[in-house]
Amino acid sequence: MFDYETLKVIWWVLVGVLLIGLALTDGFDMGAMALMPFVGKTDNERRVAINTIAPHWDGNQVWLITAGGALFAAWPMAYATAFSGLYWAMLLVLFGLFFRPVGFDYRSKLENKKWRDIWDWALFVGGALPALLFGVAFGNLFLGLPFRLDETMRTSFEGSFFSLLHPFALIAGVVSLSMLSAHGGSWLMLRTDEALHERSRQAVKICSAVFVACFFLAGLWLVLGVDGYNISSSFDPNGVLNPLSKTVTADNGGWQANYVRYPITQLAPLAGLAGGVLAFVGAHLNRANLTFAGTSLAITGTICTAGFALFPFIFPSSIDPASSLTMWDAVSSKKTLGVMTVAAIIWVPIVLGYTAWCYMSMWGRLTNKNIEANSHSLY
Amino acid sequence: MISEDVVDLSRLQFAMTALYHFLFVPLTLGMTFILATMETVYVMTGKQVYKDMVKFWGKLFGINFALGVTTGLTMEFQFGTNWAYYSHYVGDIFGAPLAIEGLMAFFLESTFIGLFFFGWDRLSKGQHLAVTWLVALGSNLSALWILIANGWMQHPVGAEFNFETMRMELVDFGALLFNPVAQVKFVHTVASGYVTGAVFVLAISSYYMLKKRDLGFARRSFTIAAGFGMASVLSVLLLGDESGYEVGEVQKVKLAAIESEWETHPAPASFTLFGFPNEAEQRTDYAVRIPWALGLIATRSIDEQVPGLKDLIAENEGRIRNGMVAYGLLEQIRAGDKSEQTIAAFDDVKKDLGYGLLLKKYTSKVVDANEEQIKKASLDTVPHVPSMFWAFRAMVGSGVIMLVLFICAIWASARGDMEHKPWLLRFAFYSLPLPWVATQTGWFVAEHGRQPWTIGEVLPTHLSASSLSTGDLWGSLIALIAFYTALLVVEMYLMIRFSKLGPSSLHTGRYHFEKLAGSTGHGESTTNPLDKNSEQPANA
Repeated sequence: MFDYETLKVIWWVLVGVLLIGLALTDGFDMGAMALMPFVGKTDNERRVAINTIAPHWDGNQVWLITAGGALFAAWPMAYATAFSGLYWAMLLVLFGLFFRPVGFDYRSKLENKKWRDIWDWALFVGGALPALLFGVAFGNLFLGLPFRLDETMRTSFEGSFFSLLHPFALIAGVVSLSMLSAHGGSWLMLRTDEALHERSRQAVKICSAVFVACFFLAGLWLVLGVDGYNISSSFDPNGVLNPLSKTVTADNGGWQANYVRYPITQLAPLAGLAGGVLAFVGAHLNRANLTFAGTSLAITGTICTAGFALFPFIFPSSIDPASSLTMWDAVSSKKTLGVMTVAAIIWVPIVLGYTAWCYMSMWGRLTNKNIEANSHSLY
Repeated sequence: MISEDVVDLSRLQFAMTALYHFLFVPLTLGMTFILATMETVYVMTGKQVYKDMVKFWGKLFGINFALGVTTGLTMEFQFGTNWAYYSHYVGDIFGAPLAIEGLMAFFLESTFIGLFFFGWDRLSKGQHLAVTWLVALGSNLSALWILIANGWMQHPVGAEFNFETMRMELVDFGALLFNPVAQVKFVHTVASGYVTGAVFVLAISSYYMLKKRDLGFARRSFTIAAGFGMASVLSVLLLGDESGYEVGEVQKVKLAAIESEWETHPAPASFTLFGFPNEAEQRTDYAVRIPWALGLIATRSIDEQVPGLKDLIAENEGRIRNGMVAYGLLEQIRAGDKSEQTIAAFDDVKKDLGYGLLLKKYTSKVVDANEEQIKKASLDTVPHVPSMFWAFRAMVGSGVIMLVLFICAIWASARGDMEHKPWLLRFAFYSLPLPWVATQTGWFVAEHGRQPWTIGEVLPTHLSASSLSTGDLWGSLIALIAFYTALLVVEMYLMIRFSKLGPSSLHTGRYHFEKLAGSTGHGESTTNPLDKNSEQPANA
């Protein structure tokens, strides 16, 4: 159907689509929970915030699970290197995620105030921690990770968890956290009213301002102070490759090369900034739809910005650049990519269709009154 | 080389998190179908009590489901965090069913589960019923895909080693999909989930009847569980037998270990009902045998032999020697000798490459292994026999007790007098742990019985682990145990609390505790949940 080179590019795009889908959907769950203890002052307000995402969080979380599965299937070596190399960072993300399914279901099952307070902060950690760490992880991709491959393709890693906390990576973490918090806040603007709506609006203004500043700063730092990587040997993108068959050099121009070669890609960082500004303006004008469009644009622009800069790299290695994993050589076989492409063509539209139906079925503003009336059946 | 401690700790961590995850999964698999059945009855009869049943059992289901989702995340992370070389080596095949599981099954189950819980007032009766069935379908499809992946680990069909990329690659997706081991495993596993759900509902309904509470509600729940459980337990046992046949075909070592069959006996082999496996001396003490039975189960014939462990070890020793040749040729190819003869010679022996890799535990070079190392590696090809032997018997024993339970339960349901049979109600109540005993020991047999391989005859377990330190492993193991213990305490607390409260937890005013409260003047007016529009008290 497609040649190997095209399939490799298709899966680079699809992994990007899954990440954007994850950030657009599960992103507002995480963001709303990161804001919940602050924008919800009373128990009922917090329950309103939780119940806006109650029917959707589990479906949204599948974007994460499917992105993980797709990474495993399409780029097995990247999956293996990322998860084992970033062992403690991944476990922290996992432990953060633990709090959500149980937190949502168990929080309101008992009347006890202490019980509910503890779960509220657990949900806060479950939203904020992964949102922060995803950004830190992305930041580290630009810096390169200290790993190498031996001739049997086993990865060994020479860094610790703390070596991931480079200031540039931390800024990337703040970009991610503020971006998803703004997205969560604009979701709460859409779905709630009165005091909760108002406080969410203020939160979006703060978060989107922080996002725009940090996104800009991170971009500037990348241009001025971070070395990028280039594949310096010639290779056949259509061939069966293994990562060690190439040579890679590090230089400052590396991460800007694609923006120079294909100027149209410069739209991505512009969209990221414009989305942040739009969210701020939308919140200022109290236009929830506009705000949500703004944060969605910011997310899409930001992820594309990172993807375009890194292409074709997935995981650059800082200690042995030749071991770097790229979407040309850390990829599954042609057969596997073909099978999964067919599966994606069939299932992605179906999933999008019924997901949209579910959102439409549950649409509307939730109020304190709804909670009082359905106190025993809602979260 | 990775230290043995790291491998052992990684195995312990995976076994622990997988078994823990599987405390919640079977109940989810079973409850979704039971809920869908109850709701179907509700839509067909219009009786409120059936809707209350869906909501109440749905509440308990939700408490369980939350932990199933939570612990499932760990499983997806762990292939990468702790089994990185495995992920590289077989991700090309193993990853695909996982990704498709996400697209086809998890999205379905997880998107609609929100509507199941929160859509009662937003959807029409028919739409909500469809949602409930889609949740059941989604959870069962996810079992299908994960068991296709697991079946491939047991019996890796449709894949070949590629020396360019140093990994296994997919050559036949159809073979992966229609792997006979996966098919049999799927039905056996989901049916055991249905039994779990049925025993759960049966046991808790029996508790209400023993306490003489909410009889109409409990009786109906009991009857649905009895019917569903009877059909399920029969499929588990039949498919278990089919499993035995498949194992006899493709995993001869596992079968011999389960049976503690050291010697190859003349056909048809007898089945060891009971005995004490003695690993040191390679025999089974005090064995009680049923003539012919094993031969019939494993080969469906009376003249085929079932090979014993001693013969299998000898056979594997030959394959290890062959694997050394394969490894030598692979090194030659990797060094640049890609001549046709070398590649053809490698292709001839590459099916035994995995056996050669078993030697990596003892020497990094493989080709220089001495006789002693080869002997050790061939003994390694057999899993720990006594634990296999006993775990299998615990699984089958629990299954047989549950079969008896459901025969009694369905007989009492047909006569409609279960509430007058306290022995049966007590039998059902005390059977509550049995499905968990069966499913946990069942997975132990399946996965421990696969040792020393992660991918049967292809990739040894000790090679599969990530390059981590023992400190990393101890840290994560302790953190996971702490987390999981806390979560289990909370889950059990809520589960017991809401089970004891029963349908009164719905706050409809129609059930036991609220009626008690009502009689002292605090409750809402009670209506009969058995009728569509009645004002009479329930359970009259």
